[in-house]
Amino acid sequence: MTPFLSNILLALAWVALTGTYTAGGFFTGAVVGFLVLWIARRGRGTTGYLSKIQAVAGFILFFVRELVLANLRVAHDILTPRHHMTPGIVAVPLDVESDLEITVLATIITLTPGTLSLHVADDRRTLYVHSMYIDDPEALVRGIKEGFERRVREVFR
Amino acid sequence: MRDTIIAILLGGGTFFAVVAAIGVVRFPDLYMRLSATTKASTLGASLILGGVALFFDDAAVTGKIAAIIVFIVLTAPVAAHMLGRAAYFSGVPLWKESVRDDLGASGEWCKREEEGGGTEG
Repeated sequence: MTPFLSNILLALAWVALTGTYTAGGFFTGAVVGFLVLWIARRGRGTTGYLSKIQAVAGFILFFVRELVLANLRVAHDILTPRHHMTPGIVAVPLDVESDLEITVLATIITLTPGTLSLHVADDRRTLYVHSMYIDDPEALVRGIKEGFERRVREVFR
Repeated sequence: MRDTIIAILLGGGTFFAVVAAIGVVRFPDLYMRLSATTKASTLGASLILGGVALFFDDAAVTGKIAAIIVFIVLTAPVAAHMLGRAAYFSGVPLWKESVRDDLGASGEWCKREEEGGGTEG
């Protein structure tokens, strides 16, 4: 049986046994079921489904944290009288190849305040990103590649 | 407790929406204004909607709100990306204190000029 199906069945069992026939009850069951599967399969080599769910959950948490932190930084710049920004356009070399991965990466870069993806080169090897804070271009590129791109690859592979 | 969380969510959402509005006025060029509005308003609207979902505590309302947040998060960056790209290829200048312009240096822009200056796609 696939891990995904097991997880759904465990969630349904949880709903039936606790009598909580609601979306919240199903969600709780799904989380508990996932934990059970995770414990049961630990050490026997992670299955694709379990590690993928972990990658997705980690990705969402990481993204929400980035979103809030970066928003606060921009808010600080907006509300204080002097401008602290050093804006410009930086070329980020791309390792991801498929359309979907490039789209998700560009979308997430745009959603992080201070950065705006402007253009993908015709050969799809470079993403041009407008950033408000270029103190160190190499550090910015490294941050995007190791933070966002690595996680996008984990989710889609 | 619950009321406090709702108040924090609504207050925080309003804060980011106001900041986005001030940012549109205060920032010096189009690209930074786009930066300010898209994200701050995405976060602001999501926080306010989250507060509303918590207030009503109803599966139908929560489902709709989850869908609205997903659609905002999907569409806002696409709009910002297309506006910024169209602006750049139409020759809207960067702020005079910008430190770097890899896109101008790469020659992608000139290629487009030779093709007829269109912003295709």
